[in-house]
Amino acid sequence: MEGTVTAFVLALTALGLSLVFGVMRIVNVAHGEFFMLGAVLAWGFTALIPELPFWGFMLALLAAPVCVAAIAVIADALVLRRLNYEPEATIVATIGLLYILQQSVLTLYGPNAQPVVAPISFRVVLPWFGYSGYKLVVIGAAALLLIGVWYAITRTKFGLVMRATQFDRETAQAFGVPVKLVYAAVFALGAALAAIAGVLVVPLQQAHYLMGLDPLLLSFIVVIIGGLDSLKGTVVAAFIIGLSDGIISMFFSPTLAKIIATLAVALVLVWRPQGLFGARAR
Amino acid sequence: MNPKSPIPASSKSVTRRSALKKLGAAAGAASALTLAPGFVRYAQAQSSAPIKLGFQVHSTGIGAAYGRWYDRTTQAAVALINEAGGISGRPIELVSEDDGTDPKRGAEVVEKFASQHKVDLVFGTLFSHVVIGAAPRAGELKMPYFVVSEGYHVASGALNRYVFQPGITDVRSQVSAMAPWIAGNLGKKVTMIFPDYAFGHDHRDFFSAAIEKQGGSIAALLPIPPTEASYTKYFPQIPADTEVIYHVMVGPGVLTFVKEMGEHFGSQRPQIFGFVDSLEAVDIASPGLEFLDGTYFWEANPRYAGPSQTEFDKFFREKVGVDANGASVSDPKDISTYSHMFGCWETLYVIKQAIEASGYQGPADRAKLIEATEAMTTFAAGNEHPQGDKTFDGKRHQCYGHQFISKVENQKLNVVHQTSIEDGMYENDTDYTKQAL
Amino acid sequence: MTGRARVWVLHGGVILLLFLLQFVLPDYHHTNVARIMVLATYAIGYNLLIGYTGLLSLGHAMFFATGLYGAGLPIYYFGLHPVAGFLLGALLALVLAFVVGLIVLRTSGVAFMIVTMMFAQAFFLATLYFNGVTRGDEGLVLAAEARRFGFLGLDLDLAEPATRYNMALSLFTGALLICLALVRSPLGRVMIAIRENEERTRMLGYNARDYKLLALSLSGLLSGAAGAAYVLLFAYMGSSFAAIQYSILPLLWVLLGGIGTVIGPLIGTALMFYLIDKTSEVMQSYLIVVGAVLVALVLFFPKGLAGTLRQRYARWLP
Repeated sequence: MEGTVTAFVLALTALGLSLVFGVMRIVNVAHGEFFMLGAVLAWGFTALIPELPFWGFMLALLAAPVCVAAIAVIADALVLRRLNYEPEATIVATIGLLYILQQSVLTLYGPNAQPVVAPISFRVVLPWFGYSGYKLVVIGAAALLLIGVWYAITRTKFGLVMRATQFDRETAQAFGVPVKLVYAAVFALGAALAAIAGVLVVPLQQAHYLMGLDPLLLSFIVVIIGGLDSLKGTVVAAFIIGLSDGIISMFFSPTLAKIIATLAVALVLVWRPQGLFGARAR
Repeated sequence: MNPKSPIPASSKSVTRRSALKKLGAAAGAASALTLAPGFVRYAQAQSSAPIKLGFQVHSTGIGAAYGRWYDRTTQAAVALINEAGGISGRPIELVSEDDGTDPKRGAEVVEKFASQHKVDLVFGTLFSHVVIGAAPRAGELKMPYFVVSEGYHVASGALNRYVFQPGITDVRSQVSAMAPWIAGNLGKKVTMIFPDYAFGHDHRDFFSAAIEKQGGSIAALLPIPPTEASYTKYFPQIPADTEVIYHVMVGPGVLTFVKEMGEHFGSQRPQIFGFVDSLEAVDIASPGLEFLDGTYFWEANPRYAGPSQTEFDKFFREKVGVDANGASVSDPKDISTYSHMFGCWETLYVIKQAIEASGYQGPADRAKLIEATEAMTTFAAGNEHPQGDKTFDGKRHQCYGHQFISKVENQKLNVVHQTSIEDGMYENDTDYTKQAL
Repeated sequence: MTGRARVWVLHGGVILLLFLLQFVLPDYHHTNVARIMVLATYAIGYNLLIGYTGLLSLGHAMFFATGLYGAGLPIYYFGLHPVAGFLLGALLALVLAFVVGLIVLRTSGVAFMIVTMMFAQAFFLATLYFNGVTRGDEGLVLAAEARRFGFLGLDLDLAEPATRYNMALSLFTGALLICLALVRSPLGRVMIAIRENEERTRMLGYNARDYKLLALSLSGLLSGAAGAAYVLLFAYMGSSFAAIQYSILPLLWVLLGGIGTVIGPLIGTALMFYLIDKTSEVMQSYLIVVGAVLVALVLFFPKGLAGTLRQRYARWLP
């Protein structure tokens, strides 16, 4: 159960990164901060109407990704575009962005971890233990979003344009695809997906200004293991990662389990450098 | 919050240097005056050059939630000491530097205090790895380094003669003091859940030993790796015959941890005993923590002002700006790190006492300052030591005080037991006074 | 001046400058520069890989930490001679880099980046797991006596500022010269050729993988030497040095200073150090400024400081 929730949230975050990584070919180090911003903004929006936790959460679910996407668009227009999406320069720029976002949140929001009330509160009770029903909501919402994104990418015009840009930027441009616009939209969409994941997860965890690092690392792993251009691969890999150390930790001490899981997943990549579902390198 | 200093840093190096020169010229006169009958705090003739204290604070990084309250407590104590005439009649000038809760930067900050700010001494470091990372540098620079960390690193003998921890009891003592009460009141079969790194291991080792001494036993040990964001998968590993769960967690995941523990157990749970570190800076009344009612926590200093509150605690709360629920008076959602931050306050008063007892004038007298601190044996409860009376072991450079056990009732912590200082005593043969100065 | 003369004048000048600096620097900066030189050595090691063969690793903290622990632990537990400790630390890092290279060089590009990151993460967790030996996150301190030793008839105390400074300078000089000699050698040119076009280099009959393995091993060696020097000169080892941050930092230093330039790593390391040091004096929210400066720098110097200078003004810069 726990692994499933982790996997869905991870899939959502990683999908955002995968789009940015796949289409724009940049390593966005600040992706985890978009996740963190989603969680922190969720706290902010629900705090606006504390007497209506359900509607506060709904507001957060809509408004937080919009805010984060707006930040992403600004970052794209002011910095990334001017760098011409040069891979190395964007690493430095996104590290800079990470510092700015982290410190801004620390200054404005503070260093404490803050809880957010789940929009619904029922407990699923099984004979030997129980868990929060909200976890089912997270799984449902994340699954819907994944399907939505999959539909958008494979079945809509936007998706087509995006894939064209991903496949060959110059040719796409020659055929009149507004590449700049596509990049901005992809970057915003990637950030928004991370932010939604952050909003969804915050009633289970809490909002904290340093919470972005782990999702960032895990997302990178998931994207690469799944295969850079494969949506399916990203989701499958998220499940492998989400469930693997839970299973291994049945047999070993937890830290040792993490070591083994990490090495095992790394060896998957050594064995298949293009990822599980990636096409062979051209 | 002003990052640097509430006292204007008017004395830049030049003026400070000239002040020191004056001080040297007036040295004879000053010392005569110090000895003169009727000399009290306000003697201006000696030197009004401030005592510069370097405050190493975790403003960023993982320790920021603690650092912010360490800062507030320190500012309050410094303001109070200065109002009352300062130290040896000299005002305190506080110089704060952020170490990012990083051991490498911690060492650099100690260096910056010594060589650039030219402070008289450094204090305030909390996280153990930062203390241990910075301590060698303090020793090399012969810079008195007063930490407020509750780690066992000082008393264990791992550091050096310049490092002291006179304001807060170390974790070994805290943990040992809990065992008799737990064995006597909650149960003898204990499952421990702790972070899988040094801090957690101190809990594991010292509590295991202490509970076995009480005739208890450890049912299971559950170390939690760092970078864990969800804990549910660990709870099924708790053996069914566990009588008491002992938990201690630190870091941003603490609230999740406690919440998930509640979800796991529902209403049928064993006794639960936690270190309040698991919920420092977190509201006990947070959603999801209702199940904690009826569980117990260690506290170094009771967060909620209960019937047993002392006058001293009232004074301390008021000056730092903490309400009766342990939150900031200006924001009831802003919960303090009440079981740790008093250490800054008390350390500052120990520093004051040591400087005044040693006749410390400037960095040349640091050896005297060290020896004067080592000569201390007890601190009486009072406004200077609001947490309570303490003994101080000059060989180990470590103080020992009372601990509290509180029960959660109606989402508040109520003190049910106060340990004696003897409960937390242990044997070891650390002796820093053998090291050369 | 010919290109070659300019190169020697520039780099010799930098080393001379660093040597002379120790006589004028105030205490605080004296130690800072020593520390920067050690970390710049790490950055030079990192740059050997990314700058000259184009492989982006996110796992170099494991090499740095291998040097750190490889030198520090035997000294701590067995009283090993510091010089032997240094050599051992560096050597272990070399071996680790070679072995890791055998495995991970099957991958390239982003997969290489992630695999190295995961290996380093496993290494980091291992430093925590073997807490009984390493004391994990808290770490261990080398005693003052362990850092006093005789070598070649000299009585050295690594806590002495002058000794520390000149040790750090020797290390840095060694790394700089190795790097300079390498990139100007036929070997270095093959490496650069791999960076520019691996396929073509391979068709010219070079075994690209062997060259990459060599580059990774050398890179690990220098990183490990820096780690070993760090524990000797600054007396502390802890698992925070094995964490992901210490893999990202050399990347940042190198990119900031100028990827694929010999002098860039030093510039980047010093810049980043003083950026944090100075801004934190002025304001509490200093990381915002640090972030903004990083963004601004990369906008004006997209190839890093030295890299952009080379591109615009000094084509001869190695």
